[in-house]
Amino acid sequence: MPANLSARLCSLLLSLFLIAFALPALAGPFEDAVAKFANDDYSDTEEAIGVVAGSGNKLAFPIISALQDGRLMADPDSKKVYVTGTDGKSIDAATGLAVASVPDSASAVRLNNRLRRSVDAAIGSLTLQSPDIGARLQAAQSVFKSHEETSLEAVDGALAKETNRSVKAALGDARAAILLFKPDATEVEKLEAVATIKARGDQEAMALLTGMGDQPASVTKAAASAIGSIQSSLAVWSMVQNAWYGLSLGSVLLLAAIGLAITFGVMGVINMAHGEMVMIGAYTTFVVQEVIRTRYPGLFDYSLLIAVPLAFLVAGALGVVIERSIIRFLYGRPLETLLATWGLSLVLQQAVRTMFGPTNREVGNPSWMSGAFELGQITITYNRLWILVFTLAVFVILLAMLRYTALGLEMRAVTQNRRMAASMGIATSRVDALTFGLGSGIAGIAGVALSQIDNVSPNLGQSYIIDSFMVVVFGGVGNLWGTLVGAFTLGIANKFLEPVAGAVLGKIAILVLIILFIQKRPRGLFALKGRAVEA
Amino acid sequence: MHSKSTHDIAAPFSRRGVLAATAGLMLGLASISGAKAADDTIKVGVLHSLSGTMAISETTLKDTILFLIDEQNKKGGVNGKKLEAVVVDPASNWPLFAEKARELITKDKVSVVFGCWTSVSRKSVLPVFKELNSILFYPVQYEGEESERNVFYTGAAPNQQAIPAVDYLMKDEKVKRWVLAGTDYVYPRTTNKILEAYLKSKGVAQEDIMINYTPFGHSDWQTIVADIKKFGSAGKKTAVVSTINGDANVPFYKELGNQGIKAKDIPVVAFSVGEEELAGIDTKPLLGHLAAWNYFQSIKSPENEKFIKAWQTYTKNPKRVTNDPMEAHVIGFDMWVKAVEKVKSTDPDKVIDALPGIEAKNLTGGTSKMLPNHHITKPVFIGEIKANGQFDVVWKTPGLVAGDAWSKELDGSKDLVGDWVGKKCGNFNTKTNKCLGSGS
Repeated sequence: MPANLSARLCSLLLSLFLIAFALPALAGPFEDAVAKFANDDYSDTEEAIGVVAGSGNKLAFPIISALQDGRLMADPDSKKVYVTGTDGKSIDAATGLAVASVPDSASAVRLNNRLRRSVDAAIGSLTLQSPDIGARLQAAQSVFKSHEETSLEAVDGALAKETNRSVKAALGDARAAILLFKPDATEVEKLEAVATIKARGDQEAMALLTGMGDQPASVTKAAASAIGSIQSSLAVWSMVQNAWYGLSLGSVLLLAAIGLAITFGVMGVINMAHGEMVMIGAYTTFVVQEVIRTRYPGLFDYSLLIAVPLAFLVAGALGVVIERSIIRFLYGRPLETLLATWGLSLVLQQAVRTMFGPTNREVGNPSWMSGAFELGQITITYNRLWILVFTLAVFVILLAMLRYTALGLEMRAVTQNRRMAASMGIATSRVDALTFGLGSGIAGIAGVALSQIDNVSPNLGQSYIIDSFMVVVFGGVGNLWGTLVGAFTLGIANKFLEPVAGAVLGKIAILVLIILFIQKRPRGLFALKGRAVEA
Repeated sequence: MHSKSTHDIAAPFSRRGVLAATAGLMLGLASISGAKAADDTIKVGVLHSLSGTMAISETTLKDTILFLIDEQNKKGGVNGKKLEAVVVDPASNWPLFAEKARELITKDKVSVVFGCWTSVSRKSVLPVFKELNSILFYPVQYEGEESERNVFYTGAAPNQQAIPAVDYLMKDEKVKRWVLAGTDYVYPRTTNKILEAYLKSKGVAQEDIMINYTPFGHSDWQTIVADIKKFGSAGKKTAVVSTINGDANVPFYKELGNQGIKAKDIPVVAFSVGEEELAGIDTKPLLGHLAAWNYFQSIKSPENEKFIKAWQTYTKNPKRVTNDPMEAHVIGFDMWVKAVEKVKSTDPDKVIDALPGIEAKNLTGGTSKMLPNHHITKPVFIGEIKANGQFDVVWKTPGLVAGDAWSKELDGSKDLVGDWVGKKCGNFNTKTNKCLGSGS
């Protein structure tokens, strides 16, 4: 087929000419490097990243950032590489010319962790002078992390032009990190670098200083003293961190136990199915999110706010049904109640398993519950913070309800003296049902929050039931404030024990301590006094 | 433990019983059809928890065996007889596993049992299989240190999963500092003991190894993740080797993601996280974390594509995932069928003797072989978690790795071999030339 061949030759020559004409700066190495992306070999890709990032070519940033997002497509047959833009348009990575479509045989260039680090470092040095402050800050931080000698020039250049204070500080840190590891940096430069890193005072600074290898004696000495001072400040912060983790664990315990504080604490029903109410709340969240995902994806960030009242209603209604159909026949017979509710909890678990399947269900975190922020040297995750806030809100609302509403008054009256309340005209059996429903509903709300940090599986409730009883008994049966103090005490004690004794021993130690405590004070931290005790 | 009280509610209806009764009522031929059915079929026991904590993992394996039996029957069964599944539910209750195993072997007269997941359930049924001389195929990666005449281990031994994974991290990621994190029970403890010995033999110092155990279902990972972060900031590349069991993984990965530990900083390589477990997690924060298995759904091979398609058609769910223990059952089932066809009998002694040496295609394009120690040869893959909950294979062993029943890294077991062909012994000491026998 000579005609075909000559036509191809012509077009090839034409395109070569076009390339040479349009992009005279393009030399061989860049194109060779780009073609390496098509080899589907990690070392080739790594080499290509290095060459492309260092080429100074205008296409370098689009190529590397496409690689980072999985938008860099390579065709293994023709060895051509394409950049697919976020808008769906594609260009040839070697030439920058627009292409009509990417061939079907092309697939995204694969990355592994090592390459992701190289990509980050490359993006870092390429975006040091980006117009966006956030991008510059991120770039400086990733250069700090990779601290490759080759980035020094770019950092110096950016530092000279930078006006934003925090970016400037980050660049300074990055520069210091590079100098620390640069073999031919002068001693003075290195000492300055150590001082800069010391001022950061965080774990990354520690990592740099401990891992810097052979240095002149004066630098090693300065680094050692810097490490010492960072260590002692980190030790203080780690106490703060333990306290925060303790508060956070305490809030989870409180949230799980607060419903039980009503059903067990106030009503005296040993409710082993309490955990399953929590689980049902979590599954309600799952259903809400499923509906939102399929019908109204825009509402996803509000899914939890929608789930909270629904979970309360679902679990609360179920609680009322359970009270009416089972519990009310068993008042005053704790052993039968225990067995019946235990059986009920197994039935509920298996029912959920049959309906939703035995595997975990995915409940997503809304954007405002993902990630973390730094407070000094500790990391505070948003989901834990919101759960703490939410728990305290639920506690306050519940307390207010018991104190200031008619239903709350009736509940207290019935639990304190049933016969007296009945003779005052209170429909005690109605109040019983509502109280149990309230406790169950609150457990359901707890399920919404716990779905954010734990598995949503039929076994979700089981893991909380023991802890919940522990909190209520420890805090003092029948006293909401006792539950609050009990939960936070246990949470904080657990988190201070855990680093010393380990998670398993820590838990055992807490159990032993509680047993000893109950020996001393059988009624818990805050014992009810007076006539209510005998009721 | 609570599990004792689950006995009575968990006892399932016998499928066969219900079927036979229905047939009898309809045709009035109850006795004849019942008797005939028993002779014309080969019974296969399925001993996987369908309720309780382990149902999450084991239910799929029950479906897998039913699927395989269905496929085999379409091909005409085995030795001219149809296969019939007998499914029981041991309800994640270890003593119940032994009771149900006994019931399968003595009452239902099954020829073989496919079952168990946790090591403790396997240990609990072992005496039953020995006493009644039957066959168990065990499909899950486990801690090794065992080779029994009546058990065939189609999951990975530590040298087919843990050791290659550590090798990969050491060579490819240049990891110098190791966190061995696990759930507190026999599999993680033994695996970590082996790994610790292996790392030390490679020159890793004691202070560069951090070992951490957590209770089952641990959900508050804040302290441990912070500790890992701290341990990882000693200026040396750090990785986490995780033997954390199923349920505790979701909160663990969530906490890692929230505290900003990315795979490119501190990679986590897991031995119990597969496609099935990832189906319940938002995988975005997990991107790039690793898992070591002998099979991934994403591996491209004609066998695998055919299997996935048939499985999704059978389960009527085009999104149903496949995983490593499922593949182990596929291989084990195939080997058992071949052995039974070879000796033209389901007699346990004959089948047990015939199994070593039998080869079966695995789903990743190779051929696995049953070894004299009752373990099989398998390829090892390291996969990175992708955003869609699947794995991207980043490394694999050049060939198939033979499973070691006894770890070469531990002092107590490095001289032992399992050999049921020549020595007829599961723990033969090659130094003293003696068989230690059972009970050791």
